[in-house]
Amino acid sequence: MTRSVRPSPSAFVTGIGVLGPGLPDWPAAAAILAGRASWSREKTVLVAPELLPAAERRRSVRVVKLALSIGLEAVASAHANAAELATVFASSGGDGYNCHHLCETLASDDRQISPTRFHNSVHNAAAGYWSIATGATAPSAVLCAYDGSFGAGLLEALAQVAVDRIPCLLIAYDADYPEPLFATRPVPDAFGAALLLTPEPGPASLGRISATLTDDGADALADPALDALRRSIPAARSLPLLGAIARRETRRVVLDYLDHARLAVDFSA
Amino acid sequence: MTPLLISRYTATTCLGRGLEPLCDALLAGRSGLKPCDFETVELDTWIGEVEGVDDVVLPPALGAFDCRNNRLALLGLEQDGFAAAVRDAVERFGRERVGIFLGTSTAGILQTELAYRRRDPVTGALPADFRYAETHNPYSVADFVRAFFELGGPAVAVSSACSSSAKVFASAGRMIAAGLIDAAVVGGVDSLCLTTLYGFNSLELTSARACRPFDRERDGISIGEAAAFALLERMPDTARALGDDATLLLGVGESSDAYHMSSPHPEGLGARRAMEAALAAASLAAGDIDYINLHGTATPSNDAAETKAVTALFGAATPCSSTKGATGHTLGAAGGVEAVIAALALRGGFLPAGVNTHVPEPGLDYLLATRSAPVRRVLSNSFGFGGTNCSLILGSAK
Repeated sequence: MTRSVRPSPSAFVTGIGVLGPGLPDWPAAAAILAGRASWSREKTVLVAPELLPAAERRRSVRVVKLALSIGLEAVASAHANAAELATVFASSGGDGYNCHHLCETLASDDRQISPTRFHNSVHNAAAGYWSIATGATAPSAVLCAYDGSFGAGLLEALAQVAVDRIPCLLIAYDADYPEPLFATRPVPDAFGAALLLTPEPGPASLGRISATLTDDGADALADPALDALRRSIPAARSLPLLGAIARRETRRVVLDYLDHARLAVDFSA
Repeated sequence: MTPLLISRYTATTCLGRGLEPLCDALLAGRSGLKPCDFETVELDTWIGEVEGVDDVVLPPALGAFDCRNNRLALLGLEQDGFAAAVRDAVERFGRERVGIFLGTSTAGILQTELAYRRRDPVTGALPADFRYAETHNPYSVADFVRAFFELGGPAVAVSSACSSSAKVFASAGRMIAAGLIDAAVVGGVDSLCLTTLYGFNSLELTSARACRPFDRERDGISIGEAAAFALLERMPDTARALGDDATLLLGVGESSDAYHMSSPHPEGLGARRAMEAALAAASLAAGDIDYINLHGTATPSNDAAETKAVTALFGAATPCSSTKGATGHTLGAAGGVEAVIAALALRGGFLPAGVNTHVPEPGLDYLLATRSAPVRRVLSNSFGFGGTNCSLILGSAK
């Protein structure tokens, strides 16, 4: 089966945030992906941003800390104003630890769950905390496509930029699950990537991307250890694209997306 | 925005399967709510349960998806010729040109809740028959429906709590406008589970009676379940004229509150911005709207904030009601259900009453009885946890 040539929405990449195992921020990740630094897999360190009000900071779960950290890094690197940005949050699931505690309580003799655990269980928890922390009142799309969640988020963000002609901040993130859920959802650690996409280039722009669905197979990373990371955390399916941007290499990368289609992303530096 | 055609729609709620029982109940002002007898839940609250969900059998090839939520999805797809309409769209546009965008808040999390009761007493492991990806994950319902129709376009679950299945119209509309697809299956499916029943109870947001939206004595929500679907299409070429009764999506407006995780902005600012954005997208003024289907959950704070938002934009001039007294609050399916109700109001020329409400909040033309009236444009509100807001405007082609 072949897909005929179709319109592919495009945008400029104007800011990036990354946080993952042995990848503390985008400059460090870019150096590793460009082959200028070596990578060692150290556990992701998650910190709740100071920007959150004290009550929300206390209540924030792992995915919230992750999403806010990468979003703020992308916005800062672009010298943009988070309060004005539309957002797309893409994640393969909510917070695994929070979910585990809820299910454990609901299976016990005393089913009274904590209100904070309940509001942290919604898939849009990170989007809600982001909006509270930054004062952003613009629309926010909150998506899930299981292992293809990064691709789904990228497509949505590109469509927003192309159709509405507005900047859009994509925040894609996934965090680990405890046992017994880990056995059925073996996500080993936290990884997130944020891309600020804009309709026009700016001083901070790193290049232009466009995307379309393809039947081609996904690109793997040359480094087997990094490729294992790509395959083990859904949001890390973004790494081949981040690698092309880090190397300033004009090329087409094919990203894992859904069972029935991959995402071909053309990057021009 | 360029209007889109809603070429087919259906909803299955506690009022029955498909459009006919829903329309009949709305015309009669009947509620489908009952005291909670779901599973082993012991809570003093009312629910809107769809009858016969547990008897639905998934096609053998899709057996891995088996759970209450996907059974409800299939039950919904089989009503009102919806499945045939999707297959016809696949024929007309090609399977790669049809996307799927479904809203859900909890998908099949009930499956995980039940599996946690069957953990291995020694190892703590979940039972071997538990399938996370196909039942619990938010994407499971979108993946199930995608696989059911073998669609080849973009597929995604939108999970922004109670705005989810309104926001699918925005995402699908953008994909059509961007040229990625020509048509989309949109909607929402959410089913009863312990997480939401005990969760809303923990926040003291559930009522011990059938919910009474916008009533001065309202004291909380009644949780329901539903499957609602719509087939959204690029407008046909002018050569192929639309019938007078064609239903169109005229505008979508979205906003975020930036206020609190589980309470709306007290002045309803986010709600107001979403409605303003929908009117702007449709190039309409407030006076062009014939009926507002309110979010109206029946919590004291939601309905107070929504009253302020609606009166600020519409005054007391526009008839409005919440239909959650009839269907319950179907959470991630609510936006889809209420878009379908908006379409029924357009088609049938009626303004549905807000069931269970006796003395409404002042300042609104709140419908205590169903009214017969020509209806050309309807605005439908859906707001959710985390301060996520979405308003849709549907209209008739005539």
